[in-house]
Amino acid sequence: MNLHEVLMSSLDSIRQNKLRSFLTLLGVVIGMFSIIGVMTAINVLQNSVESNLNVLGTNTFFIQKYPAVQMGGGTHWKYRNRKNLTYADYLQLKDRFSGPATITAENWHSGDPIKFEDKQTKNSVGIQGVTPEWEFSSGYFLQSGRMISRNDLEQMRNVIILGQDVVDVLMPQYNPVGQTVTIRGVKFKVIGTLERKGTIFGQSEDNVVIMPLTTHLKMFASRWTSLGYAIAVMKMEQFDEVQDEIVFNLRLIRGVPLTEENDFEVVSNTSLIDTFNQVTGAIKMAALLISSIALVAAGIGIMNIMLVSVTERTREIGIRKSIGARKRDIMNQFLLEALVLTELGALIGIVLGILAGNLVAVSMNVSGVFPIQWAIIGVIICSVIGVVFGTYPAVKAARLDPIEALRYE
Amino acid sequence: MALLELKQVTKVYQVGAVAVHALRGIDLMVEKNEYVSVMGPSGSGKSTLMNVIGCLDTPTSGTYILDGKTVHDDRIEQSSNGKLSDDELAFVRNQKIGFVFQTFNLLPRITALHNVELPLIYAGIHKKDRIEMAKEALRKVNLEDRMHHQPNELSGGQRQRVAIARALVNNPSIILADEPTGNLDSKTSREIMQLMDHLHDEGNTIILVTHETDIAKHAHRVVHFLDGLIASDELTPKGKG
Repeated sequence: MNLHEVLMSSLDSIRQNKLRSFLTLLGVVIGMFSIIGVMTAINVLQNSVESNLNVLGTNTFFIQKYPAVQMGGGTHWKYRNRKNLTYADYLQLKDRFSGPATITAENWHSGDPIKFEDKQTKNSVGIQGVTPEWEFSSGYFLQSGRMISRNDLEQMRNVIILGQDVVDVLMPQYNPVGQTVTIRGVKFKVIGTLERKGTIFGQSEDNVVIMPLTTHLKMFASRWTSLGYAIAVMKMEQFDEVQDEIVFNLRLIRGVPLTEENDFEVVSNTSLIDTFNQVTGAIKMAALLISSIALVAAGIGIMNIMLVSVTERTREIGIRKSIGARKRDIMNQFLLEALVLTELGALIGIVLGILAGNLVAVSMNVSGVFPIQWAIIGVIICSVIGVVFGTYPAVKAARLDPIEALRYE
Repeated sequence: MALLELKQVTKVYQVGAVAVHALRGIDLMVEKNEYVSVMGPSGSGKSTLMNVIGCLDTPTSGTYILDGKTVHDDRIEQSSNGKLSDDELAFVRNQKIGFVFQTFNLLPRITALHNVELPLIYAGIHKKDRIEMAKEALRKVNLEDRMHHQPNELSGGQRQRVAIARALVNNPSIILADEPTGNLDSKTSREIMQLMDHLHDEGNTIILVTHETDIAKHAHRVVHFLDGLIASDELTPKGKG
């Protein structure tokens, strides 16, 4: 009996029990849907991260107290007990370091609105204090006015640069430069505006204002304040060298003994992508594990329904044997039926999963993906499930005694 | 050489602790183009004999040779092909035996034509040839016009004719009919027996199990079974004439 014949006959029997077949393959559909859905969504995210992260600037890395992403519990105390990165540390680092890079110190605050006349922004606006080197490390460009100067910093001036979102809310019809805005009742003179930068992961990067770091610290610093240092390297090939030197000097300044690890984090594009991949890798493993459990459950369902089918068709098996079907013909027939069921479920699950995963892409405004490798892995998993759980019923069918089977009512 | 030869064939079933002797040493020869009825009360061993001849079952001991092929011979060592494997038995059933059952035993959800095709599918015959052969078999039983109907759209007599076509399609050495008219009314029974007679006239070898004397008279030879042994083996009037 050739493959085509067996295939046709298994499709026939699936068609004859439409509802039962549908319910059985639903399990496979759900399992595959969750694998492919999660994998597609993560691939979409990964693509978007890898293209968006270049916004940080490939030649920039950061020093900060806490890691960019914290994995696992119970380690937070380790980071919290570190000494804060201070303005004094920054000034010393700048003194000691003379390499081909600029070092910026930054501090971030949010939770206070910016007010202008009768208008005010939402609390979510990011208020950032920076040193003049920010110009080189931030990736932002001026649209009008001027940057934060050394004098602004040293004299703790109340000057401010507005992001385009802030301009849109407060003074769309004005020339912002020269206007005065207030934060927590303190007046700030607008000295410039930033070019629009766009969104990253669906979040606007233009909902910010920039002021001198010293002014920022005076207004917002607390005992928890720890600065971030952004180091922009002039030439890409000196990146590692500069990073080593900065780390070395910072350890000296902060008095870290030789035998101990850094008491600060170094974050770069590469380290961010690594961390992101670690996180998504963990999610992928979890999704695969959970879906595999679902698929095994689905496989048991298939085995169950195939056993019912074998019992129901005992007489058919007897007839087939009496006219010359060999054990292997009967075995193939039932095994293929189980396989067709699982593959059909796999196919539906893959299609639905890809659709759902790409909804994420549509909602985030990034291009969709077709995770071909996961589709293949899914089909392989389903084939294994189909064979593993289809074999026992098929063997049972093949072993039936023809005389008994023909007598079966 | 006889088409079918049984020598001292026994069959013992183990039912729990009891050994049931269904066949107690049967000697039977059937020549090509013979028309033999097998009669006997239930439990006499005639069904077991049909199963053994039809290669659905194997003897406990004795020799069975069908069309020159040794199906079972306990004088020969198992390793040297004294007993056929399950696959070989399936092959013999496919090539040399045509079964006709009391309950027709057609697959319910496929057409008459496809039912007749089934033995050819297992024989590995190409689709185009297969359909031609199946149509030809249906033509022989006068059911060409109903070949695209499913069994439940056919009368009992028509179903049995489909079953006969299926038995014929592989040009078997023997047609084994087990109570072929048992589920049919007397008029349809007569039609089916006319068809059987016709097949015999065309050169087929037929072994017919029945408990109706009228049906048995169609054959040329009647073998009576009793308690697992052949009680009598004689020619019918038709066989003598």
